[in-house]
Formats: sequence, structure tokens, C-alpha cells
Amino acid sequence: MAYLKTSHSKIIAISSCVPKRIEKTTDYHHISSNEQELFIKTVGIKERRVADDDVACSDLCFASAKSLIDKYNCADEIDIVIFVSQSPDYYLPATSILLQNRLKLKKDCIAFDINLGCSGYVYGLSVMSNLLQSGQLKKGLLLVGDKSTTSTNYKDKSSYPLFGDAGTATLIDYTKDSNDWHFNLQSDGSGKNSIIIEHGQSRNPFDKTLDDMVDFEPGISRSKRNLILNGMDIFNFALKEVATNINTLYEKSNLSKDNTDYFVLHQANKLINESVRKKLKVEIEKVPYSIDVFGNTSSASIPLTMCYKMKEELQTKKLTLLMSGFGVGFSWGSVILNTENIYTNLLEYDRA
Amino acid sequence: MSIEEFATQLESEFEDVEPGTITPDTNYKKVNGWSSMHSLIIIAFVDVNFNVILNGSDIKSSETIRDLYSIILEKSK
Repeated sequence: MAYLKTSHSKIIAISSCVPKRIEKTTDYHHISSNEQELFIKTVGIKERRVADDDVACSDLCFASAKSLIDKYNCADEIDIVIFVSQSPDYYLPATSILLQNRLKLKKDCIAFDINLGCSGYVYGLSVMSNLLQSGQLKKGLLLVGDKSTTSTNYKDKSSYPLFGDAGTATLIDYTKDSNDWHFNLQSDGSGKNSIIIEHGQSRNPFDKTLDDMVDFEPGISRSKRNLILNGMDIFNFALKEVATNINTLYEKSNLSKDNTDYFVLHQANKLINESVRKKLKVEIEKVPYSIDVFGNTSSASIPLTMCYKMKEELQTKKLTLLMSGFGVGFSWGSVILNTENIYTNLLEYDRA
Repeated sequence: MSIEEFATQLESEFEDVEPGTITPDTNYKKVNGWSSMHSLIIIAFVDVNFNVILNGSDIKSSETIRDLYSIILEKSK
């Protein structure tokens, strides 16, 4: 267990951007109508947002970030930009640096990428708050999201209907108040094969067979370029580790689940999340969902759920939140933090 | 939970299954409409009700509800 506490950081605003194009599960004809129905009931996804081929994750994050920078007129004040994603613009350079330029931020700005998926928002918060807590840097922009639909194959029913695209921006300030954030962050690389894109990087470089389709089992065909997902392994991992991680965090932080207003879980799969919720013994009203309309949006799912489902509460109340991200790696982590009057915004991507 | 209750409750988790279809000796993977998603439903059900986490091998190696129940009892020890 890696428990850590950071202080002096405050979330000011969160913006999320999703593509306009909607793909409905009932229009996914690679599976039967009975399977569609079971998928909607079990996994919980009725529809997802899918970006056009020429739209990158960074475009969605850019739109989110731009809306916050315009609202707060703070382009000259951003000291740190962190881009958390597994769908960068290029092999190199880092996308965060490109976004520093696109957003017209000052050059006295730290910018780097973090390569994480579903756990990424929580990890991003931990890194950002660590950088801000000394008070030497005052304002950070945490850009989190993925364009997962680039990697999935329509003919692979184990992954294609699960993922949606989204890019988010979270504006975080240094604050003199102590404002402790409590984290429990964990990793287990033995789970690497459970969600993986095996080819195209230095371990297995591009080759001429990259786009050759291979049939694995009925309903599951893909190429080396595509994401491989073993749902049962992930399911097992999540059942075993997520609630334990959260319970340990409460124990270590001496905080109470009863005093937590909302438990914002990564939107993996309704069946997983409901199992975690039941293990935590938390009422359903305290666990917001966005998976029904956005699918699994990887690292964006926590901030997106907050923008979609908690706008009013976040803007008007003081809240104690538990956030938990878990998945590819395996990598997982949770944070307990307080919020007060957070501005949120949910955009549809507009190419203009 | 007895094996009979286990079979009955699992049956209610499945869609479109006539009451009484699933008994301890039913080959659950041959129930009409079976799909890989049912494996996840079973794993979630067992986790919540027995605090036992079944894995892919457990599902692959079992055929009947009785096989599953034995694995659960073994893992509960």
C-alpha cells in the first residue's frame, strides 16, 4: 500500500468535453439483440460518444481547458500542465507540451505526460497536489482523457461496445488552507495482459502484419493494432482490489465513509461498480453513474461523471468525495478530498 | 446458502429463464441464451453472497451448478 497525504491544493473547476457523435448499443449489430439487451442491463452502457478519425484526445482536452482558461482569464497564471492519457498525439513529443503552446500558456510552465488509463485521474491529482503543496507553484491544469475508440475493433465484441471518448480539464490552485488530500495508490504489473495493445511500440515494433485481422473466437476478431481486453481478469482484479484499497484508505486516513457525500468510481462496468458499492456498503444514491450515456471513458470517467451528474451539488455545497480509479496495468488508486463551490462544465466538441 | 437456494437465486439473475430450469445438476453454460456475460453475473453474485471470488479457470473447469458450488465451498475454507 502506498498511502500519502498532500496539503494546500484546491480544485477550482472541472470541464469535460465529449464528441457529438453518439453510438447506441442497440445499433451495434455485431452482437444479437439479446446480447445487446444483456449488455445494456449488465454492463450498463446504452450509448457512447465516439470522436471522428481526425479528432485527438488532446482536442477534447484542449476544448475543456480553453473553456476554463477563458472563464478565469488565467492563461498567464498556469505553472503546470499535466496530460494524463494513453492516446497521445504523437510517439513524441509529449502532448502536454503541445497543449502548453496551443493554450497560449507562458513558457515558465512545467509540462509533462503521464501514461495511465483508468486510474489516471487519481494519479494525476496526486502528482499535481504534490507539486503545488509547497506554494512555489500556484496554479495547475490537469488534463485527463482518452480516445479509446481508435484502438478498438468493431469486430471485437469484448472491447468495441465498451469505450467512449472524452477529454477533461481540472483547474487546481495552491491554497493556504491545509486542505488535506488522502491517497492510496497501488500497482500490479502482473496484470499487464488483461488490457493491452501489444504492438506498435518498442517491445513489438510496427510490422507489415499490423493490420491483418485474426479470428480468436466467435465475435472476437482483431488486428495487432487493436486493444485486447480480458473482461474476466479485469472483473476479478476489480472485485479483489478496489473495495480493499478504499477501505484501507479510510482506515489509514482516520476518515469515515459515513461522512463522505459521494463515492465517484471509475465508470468501468455497472456490474463491477455495483459489486464494489455493495462491498463498501454504500447507498446507491451516493454513487453517481455516467456509464449509461458515455460508456467507459478511461481516465476521464471520474471528472466526466462529476460534470454530468453532480454539477449543482459541486457548485453550491461543501462536499467530501471519495474518488477511485482502477484498470489497465493493473493500476489503481483512491483519494478522499474536500470540495467547495467547484464550477463544472460539460461541452460537446465543436470543430470550430 | 444451500445448493438449492444457490441454484434458485442464480436463476433469478439470468434473463428469460423459466422458473425451475436451473437445478444443481444443470450444465449452466448450456442454458438457453448463455453468453460470456453470464460468467460475470455469476462471479459478481458469488462475490456478494459468499465473499468468494471465482476466476476464469473456475468457470472454465465447471459444468454444473454443483461443480460451481463445490468450488465456492473449497474457496470458502
